[in-house]
Amino acid sequence: MTYELIGITVLWIFLYGYLIVASIDFGAGFFAYYAKITRQDHLINKLISRYLSPVWEVTNVFFVFFFVGLVGFFPDSAYYFGQTLLVPGSIAIVLIAIRGSFYAFENYGSKQSSVYLFLYGATGLLIPASLSTALTISEGGFIKETSEGVHLLTGALLTSPYSWSVVFLAIVSVLYVSSAFLSFYAHRADDKGALNLVRKYALFWSSPTIIASLTTFIAMSQHNQEHFKRMMDLWWVFGLSVGFFMIAVFLIYQGKYYGWAFIAVMFQFLTAFFGYGASHLPYLLYPYVTLSEGVVNDAMGLALVIAFIAGLFLLIPSLVLLMRMFLFDADYVKGKK
Amino acid sequence: MFELDNVLLSRLLTSLTLGFHIIFATIGVGVPLLISIAEFMGIKKKDPNYTLLARRWTRGFIILVAVGVVTGTAIGLQLSLLWPSFMQVAGNVISLPLFLETFAFFFEAIFLGAYLYTWDRFKKPIYHWLLSIPVVFGAGMSAFFITTVNAFMNTPQGFDVKDGALVNVQPLVAMFNPATPTKVFHVLSTAYMTSAAILAAITAFYIIRKRNTEYHKKALKLTVGSIFIFALLTAVAGDLSAKFLAHEQPEKLAVAEWHFETEKGADLILFGRLNEENEVENALRLPNALSFLATGDFNGKVVGLDQFPEDEIAPFWVHYMFDLMVLIGFYSLAISLLYLIVAKVKKWNEHNKWLLWLIFLNGPLAMLAIEFGWIYAEVGRQPWILRGYMKVAEGATTSPNVGWMLLLFLLLYTVLGTGVITVLRKLFKNNPAESELERHYPDFKAEGEER
Repeated sequence: MTYELIGITVLWIFLYGYLIVASIDFGAGFFAYYAKITRQDHLINKLISRYLSPVWEVTNVFFVFFFVGLVGFFPDSAYYFGQTLLVPGSIAIVLIAIRGSFYAFENYGSKQSSVYLFLYGATGLLIPASLSTALTISEGGFIKETSEGVHLLTGALLTSPYSWSVVFLAIVSVLYVSSAFLSFYAHRADDKGALNLVRKYALFWSSPTIIASLTTFIAMSQHNQEHFKRMMDLWWVFGLSVGFFMIAVFLIYQGKYYGWAFIAVMFQFLTAFFGYGASHLPYLLYPYVTLSEGVVNDAMGLALVIAFIAGLFLLIPSLVLLMRMFLFDADYVKGKK
Repeated sequence: MFELDNVLLSRLLTSLTLGFHIIFATIGVGVPLLISIAEFMGIKKKDPNYTLLARRWTRGFIILVAVGVVTGTAIGLQLSLLWPSFMQVAGNVISLPLFLETFAFFFEAIFLGAYLYTWDRFKKPIYHWLLSIPVVFGAGMSAFFITTVNAFMNTPQGFDVKDGALVNVQPLVAMFNPATPTKVFHVLSTAYMTSAAILAAITAFYIIRKRNTEYHKKALKLTVGSIFIFALLTAVAGDLSAKFLAHEQPEKLAVAEWHFETEKGADLILFGRLNEENEVENALRLPNALSFLATGDFNGKVVGLDQFPEDEIAPFWVHYMFDLMVLIGFYSLAISLLYLIVAKVKKWNEHNKWLLWLIFLNGPLAMLAIEFGWIYAEVGRQPWILRGYMKVAEGATTSPNVGWMLLLFLLLYTVLGTGVITVLRKLFKNNPAESELERHYPDFKAEGEER
């Protein structure tokens, strides 16, 4: 395997990891706020905070990993994205900053405040929307390169059906993934009241998710035909994804195996995400940066891969420890510790 | 403000973010060590005062860390957004420590979460203390990796430029460049010193406000003792840094010292001002001291600004940043030594009001010194973003709207700053240490009253 393939695989795994853990976090924020205004917060907010408190920082790191890794493995793409994403990128930073710090203020500070909770809920939906811009512009058509440098065509971005379908998909997936996870967590905690509520959320958000996916497919066929064709070549991957979706919804509906249901959700997104990623190649940023031309020199590529493997040896045991303490320790989940 | 050019705006926004982030980063690196020491002393001496100290510090710390995390994410992304050309080069040569820093931070975040939520979960308290080690270690490693990147900007190496392309890249050589050892030493020792200074200042303030309990007295002794040790180390680090600059980056030392002519037996100039002919007025001169500082020999030769083209010299005002930084460093050393002496002599009272005020003042001053030091480190490198290879002006983004982003972030940091202060005040105001001690350790309180 070449460095560029290793590099993009590593980065894509991290982005997938971020997609899952951040969706849980973002969606949970929204549900916490929604439950509050519909006066159902006594049912689920304890559960949500028991899960989120020890892990929110870890979520953030997945994201940092991705963009630092992108700069390292593909410095040229960092240049193009850096030049064009100043505004959406800055907005995302501000939202992430507000979300993270106000979460800490509310959680570790002494007083509950509905302003904090509102910010927490709202940013949970706005962050995926602004971050999805990066994936949208990677399809090409939204960037112009002149002698003065690279610029974002803001007007084209804001009027493109493809761009909005991605935003829509990002938001509904967040709610779907999050409610599927919370169903599993509530089931484990043996919290019937919470389970009832989050299970309803999960079933409710499942159909918009699949509709948004189809819409994005259609918009893609309009926007970037080449990419759409490559996606069609991988039709079976997306077919698998739909299969996992149906398994997940069935399991949640049947109401017994929430753990397996969430695993099916993870596989649904894994297949869709890697199908999308694989068909995106050879371009990282259409048509300016390709995988093989944009890759870093061999010496740095090797160093990064070694660092990555060494890092995994350190991180995986630590993550297992964290999960055993908070996620799979039945007493903790039930609130007895 | 929109007549300002992109380079200046990008510099302003970067310094705004860094200036805000460094406060939380310094605390984030330094405070875990003090928490760990306090918890360990609590276990060793079987004294709940220290354990409570560790618990209360942790509670305040987590809020500051949250702001540190989000502003760290901000600067990480902003570097690519504001300096895309620079990051293109950086990605090719110095991305290894950037990548490793994320691992160190990940490691720290995992154990911080575990540390925070497991205070009463272990039968043996030492197990909980063990969780603090990876937090201290991870924080220190984060500081180490990110400092190597800054060191690289000052003394880049580990690559060749051939026809405008970067070849023969050696990531480890780039990482362990000549500036790395002294810079890392200086950053770590000052982070520990400043964190101790902040905690000591808070404690001193409580004692001044008549919270004169055993808890606070022990806290003061622990923190001021730590200031002394780390101030000593900082002095050593500062001295080594000056010698490094004289050897590898003489223009940066010369501009800080207003040292114009290359000469032997150079004087050290403290404060003063420059007249229109660039002559020093009203300054305190220490004969031959600069030579001693730079070379270890009172007659050593020190390279002056005359050796460098005028457009490669940083602004002269960094002289004040440098002098203030050093002055505050010595203030910390002197105050902590004074406290230790007064505490040693039985007849004297180390909780004298004046002494406490001086210790209180040391907290904000130490943080100011961190800011002055970084301003000197960054402005003193001008006009270079990558010394000898790329000027700041070549690195900046060409995209419009940087001015608006500057306003946006100014607003963000105002909100975050206000939020932090409000939340911290609320957190400790209605929950004094004495009542918490009673709540957590009722047996001990009874025992304490007997004595």
